[in-house]
Amino acid sequence: MKSTQCYHCGDSCDDKYVKFDEKQFCCNGCKTVYEIFSENDLTCYYDFQENPGAVPTEIQGKYDFLEQEEIVKKLLDFSDANTQIVTLYIPHIHCSSCIWVLENLHKLKPEISSSQVNFTKKQVRVTFNLENISLKEIVLLLSAIGYEPYISLEDYEGGKKAVDRSLIYKLGLAGFAFGNVMFLSFPEYFEVDGFWIEKYKNVFRWLMFFFSLPVVFYAGKDYFVSAFKGLRSKILNIDVPIALGISVLFIRSTVEIIFDLGTGFFDSLTGLVFFLLLGKFFQQKTYNFLSFERDYKSYFPIAVTRIRNSKEENVPIYDVEKGDRLLIRNEELIPVDGILINGNAAIDYSFVTGEAVPVEKKSGDKLFAGGKQLSGVIEMEVLASVSQSYLTQLWSNDVFNKENKSPFKTITDTISKNFTIAVLSIAILATVYWLFIDSNKALNVFTAVLIIACPCAIALAAPFTLGNMLRIFGKQKFYLKNATVVEQLAKIDTVIFDKTGTLTTNKESKILYEGEALNLVEEKFLKSTLRASNHPLSRTLYNKFHKIETQPITNYKEVVGKGIEANFDTTNLKLGSASFVNNNDEKSTLDTAVHISFNDVYKGKYIFKNAYRKGVKQLFNSLNKNYNLAVVSGDNEGEKEYLQHFLPSGTDLLFNQKPENKLDVVANLQKQGKKTAMIGDGLNDAGALAQSDVGIALSENINVFSPACDGILDASKFYKIETFLKASKKAIKIIKYCFILSLCYNVIGLYFAVTGQLMPVIAAILMPLSSISIVVFTTISTNLLGTKIK
Amino acid sequence: MSVIYLLLTLSILVAIVFFIAFIYSVKRGQYDDSYTPSVRMLFDDELVKESTEKSTKV
Repeated sequence: MKSTQCYHCGDSCDDKYVKFDEKQFCCNGCKTVYEIFSENDLTCYYDFQENPGAVPTEIQGKYDFLEQEEIVKKLLDFSDANTQIVTLYIPHIHCSSCIWVLENLHKLKPEISSSQVNFTKKQVRVTFNLENISLKEIVLLLSAIGYEPYISLEDYEGGKKAVDRSLIYKLGLAGFAFGNVMFLSFPEYFEVDGFWIEKYKNVFRWLMFFFSLPVVFYAGKDYFVSAFKGLRSKILNIDVPIALGISVLFIRSTVEIIFDLGTGFFDSLTGLVFFLLLGKFFQQKTYNFLSFERDYKSYFPIAVTRIRNSKEENVPIYDVEKGDRLLIRNEELIPVDGILINGNAAIDYSFVTGEAVPVEKKSGDKLFAGGKQLSGVIEMEVLASVSQSYLTQLWSNDVFNKENKSPFKTITDTISKNFTIAVLSIAILATVYWLFIDSNKALNVFTAVLIIACPCAIALAAPFTLGNMLRIFGKQKFYLKNATVVEQLAKIDTVIFDKTGTLTTNKESKILYEGEALNLVEEKFLKSTLRASNHPLSRTLYNKFHKIETQPITNYKEVVGKGIEANFDTTNLKLGSASFVNNNDEKSTLDTAVHISFNDVYKGKYIFKNAYRKGVKQLFNSLNKNYNLAVVSGDNEGEKEYLQHFLPSGTDLLFNQKPENKLDVVANLQKQGKKTAMIGDGLNDAGALAQSDVGIALSENINVFSPACDGILDASKFYKIETFLKASKKAIKIIKYCFILSLCYNVIGLYFAVTGQLMPVIAAILMPLSSISIVVFTTISTNLLGTKIK
Repeated sequence: MSVIYLLLTLSILVAIVFFIAFIYSVKRGQYDDSYTPSVRMLFDDELVKESTEKSTKV
């Protein structure tokens, strides 16, 4: 069967479609967007990419809070008398059509002066004039064309972060100086005409001196700061020998040109700083579209609707107090704990727990912050303010206070201690030796040793290897926060998994049927009824019967929060909750189920269970050989027995764990000296993710959601976790080989230095040579490693 | 005065001009987004009418 695709969004629309302008649309929403575009001559939108659009969502009243001046003021990047600029995050940005249409917003609304898209950050920057058009109108316009911006509490609270570009400046400066100094030092290296050199060498030398000044005092500044900090806390980090090398190079070169002793090592000096910064730059791979620092603020709305004196008003959520009455509309997030007063709630807690199936609530039930309302409008009474709520309290834990995290000792730090001690003792021994042989040369030898032993190549090994691993992992949809995480991954010996949403997937649920079997006619009838319903459970169940045809039904009636009733010929079908289909024997179980009755005769129920991801069993079996495994779940023990069978014995299974408990589990393991990796997905894992040595957030859609963590893994690559762990171990091995290689260069260099024959030209050749060969070695070997993990 | 001074001054001045241009472009944010401009430059300035554009499609 050839499937019909929606011209706008690309969804298949076989059953029913809206026809307009000889094109098929899956729903009226998509058609409306097309109409807007065609009226404004913007149909080019569909030419850059096929089916680029998104279905516009129902947003009535959702953005009323943008009428408040206070809130608008905080969201604006820039504002003066007649220009306002706002940056909006739009998750749907995904192709060139998106860029095109968003940059042509002024054709839809002439009041918008201009708009610019940053594709990698999925942001659009809109310039407009508040006197002509309000922010709310802009947001509504964007939503109407399927580009609903994501405005969260974080935008409201945090000031705009300044971009730190200092590393690019420093790199640019060092490269600029390095290039010029190299040219200026050539004449003396090649000893062109002796008379000519004698006449002009001072000009060249002083020019080199001035070029190296900003390199030492600006570009290389961080190395001095870091070395000083290291020494103060009694750690000999890699920056100590580097800072020593830079200062000795600079001082000796300056002394040499002042007293006309030689040409100095300015090119080695600037080259050293340039290469080191290049390593830093390479390591600094950032995923602009991801954020690793998110907390609940990124998901919570800025304002909610409060009912006071039977009037609706918008209030910032920080002003919500205990006892207030809130109105939560369809698709809105519940920002605080409270009690449901009226309306039927179906709450999707997938943000929090990873559980895909919405939970039904009746009035009087307690609602927890973080859930998303899915069926109609509800009213609730507030029990606790935002920061006091069950979920948000987690963030008052010390783990989220970054200062408390002890710094990780990297492999480079480990070697640098021994290295520094060795270099210093060689330098002193050689100096003492030369004091007896030829005291004139002693100082020369001392400085030469420090210069040649400057661990440029060692300092480059880790950044290039890890930086490359970061990119390789990134291509496999495993995004790490920074290069250190790769090293931490290599040390992991315990892996802890969350269950719901991590081991199970919320994309597909396993549907089991219990009861009297349905015949084909009944199934046909059931499918036709489900087709008319928009309830998430109906949609899931509907997709189960894909081979069955549908038929027209009559008297369709949906009782919100209870179930559906429909007629076909003389048959009456009821499906929904147990009470709705008059099934009184049903004990309240923990499973989510849809009950079915025909002509008031109870037939059976469909039970929704989360399906385990593919490859979970294989992954656990192979991980079990080298790692301790644990599953920590916030759920009840319902699946304990099943999991005991399913997973290898020796896997710890913990149930009924509150968010704080999960954190404690990790902390206890760490106290036993274990290096833990936590793999979770919801906000309730956030504490454990922050506490563990490596917290990895699993995400079905990396653009939408992930709590604060060290790495984000696309759910489709879940089965590759072991491959990633192994690859990071191999990366550490590569670094170790690099260390051996660079020590060989150091031995050669030290030979020249100790024997007092170190010419600037030797340093000028040896230093770049060692650095470049290390970079070539790590690049080739990590890429080989990369091809293996594909 | 030897011509070498003139040459040195000129070459360094040229280098500095490029260096300043680099700093300026970084500061203006030209390196912040290296992807979008590459797509943007391929868009036509003028909106092509539907009929002509449609025929080339698919």
